[in-house]
Amino acid sequence: MAEREIPLYDDLEKGPWPSYIKEIKRMAERNPAAKDLLGVQELCFKEKITHWKHGGIVGVTGYGGGVIGRYSDAPEKFPNVASFHTMRVNHPAGWFYTTKALRKLCDVWEKYGSGLTNFHGSTGDIILLGTTTANLQTCFDALIEIGFDLGGSGGDIRTPTACIGPARCEYACIDAPDIIHDLTMEFQDEIHRPRFPYKFKIKASGCANDCVAAIARADFTIIGTWKDSLRIDQNAVSEYAKDGFDIKTVVVDKCPTDALDWDGKELKLKPEDCVRCMHCINKMPKALRPGLDQGATILIGGKAPVIMGAYLSWVLVPFMKMEPPYTEVKELLRKILDWWDENGRVRERVAELIERIGLRRFLRAMGIKPVPQMVYAPRTNPFVFFD
Amino acid sequence: MVKTDIGPPNYKLMLPEVITENYGKWKYHEILRPGVLRHVSETGDEVYTVRAGSPKLVSIDFVRDICDIADKYCDGHLRFTSRYNIEFMTPDKDKVEPIIEAVKKLGLPVGGTGNSISNIVHTQGWVHCHSAATDASPLVKAIMDELYDHFTNMKLPAKLRIAIACCINMCGAVHCSDLAVVGVHTKVPKVDHENLPKWCEIPTTMASCPTGAIRRHPDPTIKSVTIIEERCMYCANCFTVCPALPIADSEGDGVAIYAGGKVSNARRPPMFSRLIVPYLPNNPPRWPEMVAVIKKVVDIYAKNARQGERVGEWIERVGWEKFFQLTEIPFTEQHIDDYTVRSAVPGTFRTTTQFRW
Repeated sequence: MAEREIPLYDDLEKGPWPSYIKEIKRMAERNPAAKDLLGVQELCFKEKITHWKHGGIVGVTGYGGGVIGRYSDAPEKFPNVASFHTMRVNHPAGWFYTTKALRKLCDVWEKYGSGLTNFHGSTGDIILLGTTTANLQTCFDALIEIGFDLGGSGGDIRTPTACIGPARCEYACIDAPDIIHDLTMEFQDEIHRPRFPYKFKIKASGCANDCVAAIARADFTIIGTWKDSLRIDQNAVSEYAKDGFDIKTVVVDKCPTDALDWDGKELKLKPEDCVRCMHCINKMPKALRPGLDQGATILIGGKAPVIMGAYLSWVLVPFMKMEPPYTEVKELLRKILDWWDENGRVRERVAELIERIGLRRFLRAMGIKPVPQMVYAPRTNPFVFFD
Repeated sequence: MVKTDIGPPNYKLMLPEVITENYGKWKYHEILRPGVLRHVSETGDEVYTVRAGSPKLVSIDFVRDICDIADKYCDGHLRFTSRYNIEFMTPDKDKVEPIIEAVKKLGLPVGGTGNSISNIVHTQGWVHCHSAATDASPLVKAIMDELYDHFTNMKLPAKLRIAIACCINMCGAVHCSDLAVVGVHTKVPKVDHENLPKWCEIPTTMASCPTGAIRRHPDPTIKSVTIIEERCMYCANCFTVCPALPIADSEGDGVAIYAGGKVSNARRPPMFSRLIVPYLPNNPPRWPEMVAVIKKVVDIYAKNARQGERVGEWIERVGWEKFFQLTEIPFTEQHIDDYTVRSAVPGTFRTTTQFRW
């Protein structure tokens, strides 16, 4: 570093928010790859362009996914990051850890990698950022030894994620971490060995607040809900009112279907009009709770823009009971995966395939009958197929 | 022979005792102050949570530091949120202050709860990605330095979620965030005729283009492709399929800003983010032009939105014309949607959990 001017990235050590540059520098003191990464960062800042080459196929024996190959386009300048591959490590559902497990992970990564990580990547994995081709297998073996396994990458089921669920949330209508752990174990083969047209994401949120953004980001979206009426503790409602909480403005007026009424004494709900959006419960958690007949709404098709545009998941199964061993959801998932695998084009997400060949064909293949809950409204156009 | 397919550790073995004992029994929670939660169980048990922001890209030393705190105050347990925040949990109220002190000693902010700006979900950028049109971590750092107080207090009308993606692949819920920054290319890929025949399959490359801009090279002796420039909207899908079509460009690459998206089904169904600034140049290390727009929109939202309104709900109420008037962001032809490949399917499909039985 001595021969360089004051690097541009030094400025990013200033300011109140914790600095990732400080983190890279901490490792750079003893790890040559981390030191070279600082050089790469500086070069990118100067030239305003990435200096990583396009992909590269690397992996560990027996798997096709879980490792992202990464090579520098300036290996002569930065030999220690000439190859700088990422390993995606499947996190425990709900992102809970013992320090014992975390320390073991740190020790493995100290030995075999750059010592730089993400807790966590956007999909949810622990990201081990940067190692050499030679170290991949030994690092993987060491990870298995301490009880961790790789997550997904490429055309496979990506690492499924769950919100905190009933572990520490009273809103949870399904056991999201348990469902996700169960599905992750069920689909180990599909997570580790890419065989699908493109990625496939599974996410479960305990309620419609959707803390893992399942509706926006998962091809297969599981969101907790209830069939009966939400529970109201009128005494607790009175407590809110007594404390000066403006029930009418903050809660009743914001109900999307006008299902609530507050006369100053009692909070009344028309359960048939409630669409279980969670707003009132969010605002008055001490007084309002989800109903007791709980299960999940299954939605399909969420994804980011590439390539036909961004999709939000839409309703596929309005209500499904979610109890171990989750047979119904597993069967549905297998059916969807097979149909998509059979019909999808290269790099075609399941939503794009459904849009291309029609939801009606998908529903027929799944054996699911159309119901009004799947759409906001029926079609307006007269261009109807009767095949 | 090493085992494979063992899967992740069972999360049940990672839970603190108070969580195991009250799993599924939680009755209600309250936010005691920014970054501090109290959950109360049907059993009468309580758990206090201290939430701290982290920079996502961290060293193993950082992980060991937070483990030290968890060992000292949380019986050796901690968790992360879906937005890279760290949560320290304890049933003992008296440990809350010492945890906060220890967290602050590490230089980490306590907050990210309720009507705050929580940690920014983001991607790798120039630190680790080949398709990045911009960086990610420094943009986060620059924005959060500027909006730091909104992490540590809860004075906004509602929660405000920010996401950053270094290209339009959008690894992160950029398409459904209150405010989002996304790396964009603005120049057509340069065809590397020498390497294209070696690296790429021509039919697959042509098929990768959603607007049909990639054509077989007219000279049959050249085994390559040409690009109809006016049809290219710089999505880089072709580059993903064919490395001989590099699209990154020092001058052309930059960032776009989107606003008004949300994921939660509360009140209004989930909403997509919409384009507010089509292009700003990459200006490392702190992208001041981008930060200024984000800051301005947050300030104007904070001043004008009603209590409880997310950014998108506020804009929907006052109207986009008012939004552009208030923010003084120029409205351009790029704001008008002319990407016609996409049909209107999600227009009728029910993209929310809101429905009647």
